[in-house]
Amino acid sequence: MRGNPEAHELLAPGNLAAVLALLAESPGEWTPIAGGTELMVAHAAGRLDAKKLVSLWGIAEMRFTRSEADRFVIGAGATFGDLRAHAELAAELPLIAKAASWIGAIANQNRATIGGNLVNGSPAADSSPAMLAYDTEVELISVRGTRRVAYSAFHTGYKRNVLAPDELMLAIHAPRRFAKHRQYLRKVGPRRAMAIAKVALGATALVENGAVNEIRLGAASLAPFPTRLHKAEAALQGRQVTAETIETACSELLAEARPIDDIRSTAEYRRHVGANLLKEFLLELGREPVP
Amino acid sequence: MSADWPAIRFIVNGESRAVRVPAMKRLLDVLREDLRLTGTKEGCGEGECGSCSVRMNGELVNSCLVPVLQAEGAEIETVEGLSSNGALHPLQQAFLECGGAQCGICTPGMLMAATHLLARNPHPSLAEIREGLAGNLCRCTGFIRIFESVIAAAGSTRGHRGPADHAR
Repeated sequence: MRGNPEAHELLAPGNLAAVLALLAESPGEWTPIAGGTELMVAHAAGRLDAKKLVSLWGIAEMRFTRSEADRFVIGAGATFGDLRAHAELAAELPLIAKAASWIGAIANQNRATIGGNLVNGSPAADSSPAMLAYDTEVELISVRGTRRVAYSAFHTGYKRNVLAPDELMLAIHAPRRFAKHRQYLRKVGPRRAMAIAKVALGATALVENGAVNEIRLGAASLAPFPTRLHKAEAALQGRQVTAETIETACSELLAEARPIDDIRSTAEYRRHVGANLLKEFLLELGREPVP
Repeated sequence: MSADWPAIRFIVNGESRAVRVPAMKRLLDVLREDLRLTGTKEGCGEGECGSCSVRMNGELVNSCLVPVLQAEGAEIETVEGLSSNGALHPLQQAFLECGGAQCGICTPGMLMAATHLLARNPHPSLAEIREGLAGNLCRCTGFIRIFESVIAAAGSTRGHRGPADHAR
C-alpha cells in the first residue's frame, strides 16, 4: 500500500528552540525527522505510524563538527557525507569516516545523519560499532536543559533508548585519545555499498608493557541493539595477547552474543563470524610491536 | 482542497516554482506530478536504486526520500536541466556514444549521479566512478558501458589506460 501524504502533518520550525518548545508542549506526540532515509521509506510503503512529524533538516545548530582540545563534538544533524569530509576527524578517529562510507551510497550519505542513525537504533546500525569502540557520549537536549549519557548506555532494548519524549539527541562527544590505540572496524555484508550488515565489529585497544591495558569492543547485529561485548573485553583486560587469551575471548563472545535469524543472516552465522572478526583483530593486536 | 496547503517555494533548474501540496509529499512526486518533470524516475521508492536521483543545493539526493517541505528554498537540479538550448550535456552525449543507456529507466539517475561526481572530481579514477555510482542500479545496460560513458565525458581518468581496461 502506498503512503498518503495528506495523512501526515510535517512542520519545519527551522530552529532548535522552536523544535524543543513543540516537543515540550505535547511530549511524545511529534516524531522528529532529519534526512528521512528511514522514515520516508516507511512512508512510501504506507507503514509510517507517526502522524505528526517535525523536521530537523536544515537546523544549523544541529549540523556541525567541532574540534575541541580533548574531544570532537559532532552535531546529531551532521550527515555521513559531512563526517567523511572532515579531514581532522577522519585522520584521528578513522573508524567514524570508515563507517560513514558504508552508509548506503553517496545520495544516502548526503541525507542520513549520525543522530538519526543512533536514535533509530537498528541493531545493525553502521555507525554504532565505531561509536562504542571510541567510548563516546551522547548529549541530549530538551527545554529542561542538556544531559550527557555514555553511548554504551543509550540503547535499552530493541529500538528503545533513554530519550525522554520531549528530548532530542543534540551531539556526540568523541574523546581524542586514541592515537596510540590499535583501531579496527569491519562489516560483513553482501555488498560494499547499499547493504545492511549481517554483523559488524568495531574495536580499540591499547597494549602497554605487553598487556592489554584498555579495550573496547562494539558490535552490530549480535544483540537486539548495538552493544559492547563486556565479557570478551574482560577476558582480555590486563592479559597478554596469546593464542590462549584469543581463544578465551572468542568463547566469551560466543557466550554473550544474542543474535537472531532474519532475512539477512542466521544467528549461528552471526555468532561465528562475530568471533572470527574478534580473532582477526586480536591477531593484528598480538603482532603489534610493544612500545 | 489543494489551495488549502501553504505554498512551498524552491528553484528547479534555475526557475522559481511554488507548489501547494501536503508537506509530506515526496519531492519525486512533486517533480513528476505537479511540475510535470517526468525525467526523474521512480524505481524502488526506498532509496536503494538511485533512479530518482536529483541534486538539492548541490548535493546528490534520492528525491523519493525527501518530503517536499524539506526542499523549501532549495535549488533543485533534475535531468531536464542538463541540456541547454537543445545541446546535450557532455555526459548525455557520452552516454549516447558509448551505449550507456538501454531501457533508459536508470539513465536520468545515472546522469545526475555522474554529474555530481564530475562536479566534485573532474577526473575520477575507476574506483571513484564505481563508488560515485554505487547507489544507482542498472538491470539491463550493464555497468561497464555506463562507467565507460563517464570516463569518456571526463576526458581522461587517473590510472586508467583505456576504455576496455577494467572489463577484463
